[in-house]
Amino acid sequence: MNKIEVNNLTKIFGSHPQQGLKRLSNGESKDDILEETGMTVGVNQASFTIQPGEMFVIMGLSGSGKSTLIRLINRLIEPTDGEVLIDGHDITKMDKSELIETRRKKLGMVFQHFGLFSHRTILSNIAYGMEIQGMAKDEREEIAMKTLEDVGLKGYEHSYPNQLSGGMQQRVGLGRALANDTDILLMDEAFSALDPLIRKEMQDELIRIQSRLGKTVLFITHDLDEALKLGDRIAIMKDGQIVQIGTPEEILEKPADDYVSNFVRDVDRSKVLEASHVMKTPEVLLSYKDGPRVAIRKMEEAGASSIFVVDQEKQFKGLLTIDDAVKAHNEDIPIQDLLIKDVDKTSPHTFLNDLIGTAVQAKYPIAVIEDGKLLGIVSRVSILSGLVLGKEKGDEQTS
Amino acid sequence: MNYFDFPLEEWTNTFVDDWLLPVWGDFFDVISNVLTVIIDGVTNGLLFIPPEVLTILLIIVAWKYAGKGVALFSLIGCVFLGSVELWPEAMQTLAIVLVATFISVVIGIPVGILSATNAAVDKVVRPILDFMQTLPSFVYLIPAILLFGLGGVPAVIATFVFAAPPAVRMTALGIRQVPNDVIEASKAFGSTSKQLLFKVQLPLAMPTIMAGINQTMMLALSMAVVASMIGAPGLGTTVLTGISRVNVGLGLVGGLGIVVLAIVLDRITQSFGKKA
Repeated sequence: MNKIEVNNLTKIFGSHPQQGLKRLSNGESKDDILEETGMTVGVNQASFTIQPGEMFVIMGLSGSGKSTLIRLINRLIEPTDGEVLIDGHDITKMDKSELIETRRKKLGMVFQHFGLFSHRTILSNIAYGMEIQGMAKDEREEIAMKTLEDVGLKGYEHSYPNQLSGGMQQRVGLGRALANDTDILLMDEAFSALDPLIRKEMQDELIRIQSRLGKTVLFITHDLDEALKLGDRIAIMKDGQIVQIGTPEEILEKPADDYVSNFVRDVDRSKVLEASHVMKTPEVLLSYKDGPRVAIRKMEEAGASSIFVVDQEKQFKGLLTIDDAVKAHNEDIPIQDLLIKDVDKTSPHTFLNDLIGTAVQAKYPIAVIEDGKLLGIVSRVSILSGLVLGKEKGDEQTS
Repeated sequence: MNYFDFPLEEWTNTFVDDWLLPVWGDFFDVISNVLTVIIDGVTNGLLFIPPEVLTILLIIVAWKYAGKGVALFSLIGCVFLGSVELWPEAMQTLAIVLVATFISVVIGIPVGILSATNAAVDKVVRPILDFMQTLPSFVYLIPAILLFGLGGVPAVIATFVFAAPPAVRMTALGIRQVPNDVIEASKAFGSTSKQLLFKVQLPLAMPTIMAGINQTMMLALSMAVVASMIGAPGLGTTVLTGISRVNVGLGLVGGLGIVVLAIVLDRITQSFGKKA
């Protein structure tokens, strides 16, 4: 079942939202409605679903309605129309006590400007969600203390928010949301107010936490790099509408319209593309049992000076250079004695960004290996063409 | 210029004489009796404690919350009040101020909270507050005397009318100033409106509310002389006697007594606001 399902969610700010709704369904644009009625369309018929454990990012520039959208999910802002199903229950139809219960049990939230309670200590900030649910003081402080250590704030439990740096304050904000142990985390530009280094640190932290706890995360950002880094899937918003939903690769490779392609034009592809996107199937594979003669012939056909060696199960064995193959042939040495084993290896999920350094120094192509199997090879050329042209064989792309 | 012949004066008098007094007289008597008991209780309590003991208590509180300077000033102020033989009068004034401030706070803070959270209430409350603050106090002294007789009770009522508005206004201001993202955070974690108010809004508004209470207290003190005109005993009476006898010295002594009381109360309550 979908963790979150949003159908036709619409928010119109103004005096006669129902009238605005009618105009919207007649296909009038946001600008026309604003001009003729003075009403602002915050979110325009947004629909999407989020799977359990998914990191779903909504990306848009300021004014695109993304912050309104996330507040419609937990009804900090009342929707004008549409439904929001949390675990199958429509939050827009809940009465006050059901809404409070859902917020307490299912929805945690982290805010751009932290939203910490300045009159409370860090510990009591983190314990707030449990406190309002009536949990006993000892119990909630014990949980809060554990959470506090999880987010790296040990020793600060009795400090006050204004005594902490921005990055640490947001750790408190994250801890406050985690302590409640809700399945869903709503993060509204959670890292946008932090400086770049701290932001990266927090992104990595979030990825760690998410993979450990399996939270379903709805993350709002205006930063495409952040979206591409964090998102399992990304929704791009413009003028209150969702213009495209897809994985980071889909967004980069098949932008739905000019708006999106303008966005992704300047993206640093090295942080998005992984080794598996640019690797090539090794053109020549030498079965473990083949002799040096076969090896030399295959290298000659491929015009290569070295060749990767695998066994029948495709298990990586090593690399054989042309010199060694000739030596093996002339001196009748088994080739397994001449294999170079410590070639540069990488996992298929390594970002190109992290491979560039290795590639520059490597004498041979980098082996892409998973569970001991050789999946492909990455050469310096394929990294560069991947960065410039997009993923997979660069020569197939015309643009 | 008399186009409409608006006999507001006669109407008001008819209203007071034929309806307010006969119908509501008993109700006002009850209020009057209750207030009398409270005022007398506080006054007698303050007068019962030996001045030396009260001075030491005051110095301890001042030292703890407001620091050495205020503690020293409190000592000098108390010695001054005793030396000019105005200690009992000062305590009588203090009692009226404390009771009026207490009533202002008890009524003012809830009204302030309501008007911060409810636009309709705010619309009604605002002009009433303007009225209370700007209407010359002598105007409501007349009905106060009619309804409550002479003495401490009408003085407390008149003082309340004049001094309560800052408590209401500053409470409302303090609550409105709580940052929106903090309120959103509280709601997002599932606070009820009551939890939002008591766990987030009120604590964060507390410094502003304390500043309001401080202002209320200062305004209450400034009413001391007016209060004495309708029979409330205290430092105001001393000043009035000074005026009626053209005794400059007596007037100055009484006036300085009020100033000393004001400064001590102001510094100490201000420090409460900073602590909160």
